[in-house]
Amino acid sequence: MSTVAREWREIPGRYNLEGTKCENCGSIFFPARDFCPKCRRAGIGKISRYDVCRRGKVFSFSIVHDAPDFNNMLKPYVVAMVQTDDGVMVSAQLVDVDLDKVAIGMPVRAVLRKLSADGASGVIRYGYKFVPDE
Amino acid sequence: MRDVAIIGVGVTKFGELWNKSFRAIGIEAGMKAMEDANLSGNEVDGIFVGNMSAGRFINQQHIDALIADYSGMATNHVPATRVEAGDASGGVAFRQAVMAVASGMNDVVLVGGAEKMTDLDDTSINAIMDSTADAEWEAGMGVTFAGLHAMIAQRMIHDGTATREEIASFAVNSHFHGALNPNAQFRKAITLDTVLRSGPVATPLGMFDCAPISDGAASVVLCPLEDAKKYTDSYVKVSAVAQASDTLSLSQREDITTYGATVAAAQRAYQQAGITAQDIQVAEVHDNYTVAGIMALQDLGFYKRGEAGKAVLEGRCQVGAGPVAVNTSGGLKARGHPIGATGVAQIVEIAEQLRGSADKRQVENAKYGLAQSSGGMGSAVTVSIMEAI
Repeated sequence: MSTVAREWREIPGRYNLEGTKCENCGSIFFPARDFCPKCRRAGIGKISRYDVCRRGKVFSFSIVHDAPDFNNMLKPYVVAMVQTDDGVMVSAQLVDVDLDKVAIGMPVRAVLRKLSADGASGVIRYGYKFVPDE
Repeated sequence: MRDVAIIGVGVTKFGELWNKSFRAIGIEAGMKAMEDANLSGNEVDGIFVGNMSAGRFINQQHIDALIADYSGMATNHVPATRVEAGDASGGVAFRQAVMAVASGMNDVVLVGGAEKMTDLDDTSINAIMDSTADAEWEAGMGVTFAGLHAMIAQRMIHDGTATREEIASFAVNSHFHGALNPNAQFRKAITLDTVLRSGPVATPLGMFDCAPISDGAASVVLCPLEDAKKYTDSYVKVSAVAQASDTLSLSQREDITTYGATVAAAQRAYQQAGITAQDIQVAEVHDNYTVAGIMALQDLGFYKRGEAGKAVLEGRCQVGAGPVAVNTSGGLKARGHPIGATGVAQIVEIAEQLRGSADKRQVENAKYGLAQSSGGMGSAVTVSIMEAI
C-alpha cells in the first residue's frame, strides 16, 4: 500500500517524463537526479529541468508471465527498455501491441496510463507506458 | 593487515524447510561451523550476519540481536552486525568479517548468512525480490526482476553473444552438480530440453532459468592465518575479498550485457591475491538467473565475451571437464537461493573444495577457488578468492 504523498511527489517524472540535465557536462538524467554523478562537486547548482523525448525505439524487451499482484490481470504483458530519441534509457511496459510483433528496434512513443491501484479505496497510480509509434 | 583463514564451515540443507524457523536454521549452520573449527564458543569476539529481508519475509527486524542471543553469544555481549546488500548480503557480510580480522579489530569472527523465504506466498516473495532493483522506476513500473534479467538475455541473443540454448545450459550445469550435493534443494540432473520447455516466466527465460525460493543458512568461522593451527589442521587462506558497486537501475548502464561491478571486483581481487583468472580451478558464481551465470563467467575473465555460453553448453564447466569447474555446489539454481545465505554458502563450498572435503563433486588438486556474489542487477558485487594451504 502506498501513500498519496509518495505518488504525488513523483508526478512530474511519472506523467511527463520530466528529468534533469547537468549544464556542466550535458548529461541527461531520467529519473531526475539533483546531483551529477559524473561532475559531482563541479555540477552542484548546475542541474536544470529537462523534458525527455517521448519517442524512441525498443532496445530490449520481455513478455512477462509471472506478474506482480498489481499487474495480474494484464499478464502476459510486455516490458521494454526504450531508448528515447535523445538517448535516455527508460524501462516501462509496452501496451496496445500484438505480443508476436514486438521486436528490438521497434519505434514506440510514451502515453499516460493507469499503473496500479491499491484496492477499491486506495491510491491509484498513473504513469508512462509505451505504445507502437505507427 | 593480517592474513585471514577460514577455520570452520557449516551449512544447512537448502529447500522448503517448513518445519524449521529462521532462528533454528541460523543456529544450525553456526553450530556446525563452530564444531568444525573446534571452538567452545568463548573464542568468538565478533559476528556478522548476511540477511536481505527478514523484516519482510518473517516480519522480524534486528536479526543481529536474534542471532547473538540464540547462538549464546549475547551472554558474552559479543558485537553482532547484520549486513544487507540485496542478493549479495552474504558476500558483503563475509567481506566485512574478513576486514574485521585482517585489521586486528577482531580475532575470531563468526560469519552467518540466513534467509527464511517460504513463510510467504510466491507473489509477495517476488515483490520483495523486485525491490532489489529500482523499486520506484523499474519494479513500480511493472518491470519485474525476472523481466530485467530476461531483457539482458534478449539483448545477448540479439547481439549474437549467446544463444538461447547456451543461456539455458547454465541450469543443466548447476543441476548436474546439485545432484552430487546432499545439501542441495534439487538433487536431480536435468536435460537442456527441460529448461527450454519449462513454463515461461519472462521470455526468453523460463522456470528452469530461475533460482528457486529457498530457506537455508550457512556459516564460516575466521581467524588470523597465523592462529589457524591452534584450532584445526583443516583450514584455507582468504587471499582476496573485493567489492564493487554499480547503478541501482539496469537502465542507467552503458552496456547491459556485462556487470561492471563484477569486472571491477574481479580485477581488485586478482590484484590482491597476485593471480589471474587462469589460476582459478573452481568457482561459485551468482546464477540467480541462467543469464547472470553466463555473464559472470565472462566478467570474471574465465571466458571472453561470447565464449562462456559455448563452454557451458559443451559441458566444460562440470567437475573435471575444463579449466574451471563452475558451481560445484549446484549453484543458486540447484543448491537453492535463500538470499542472505547464498553468499556465505558459496564460501563454504569453495572452502570444502580447497580442503578436499567436497566428496563426489571434488575438483582434483584445486589450489585457488573464487566466489562471486551479486546484489540486485549487479549493483553490489563481491569477489572473494580462497587458497588451499
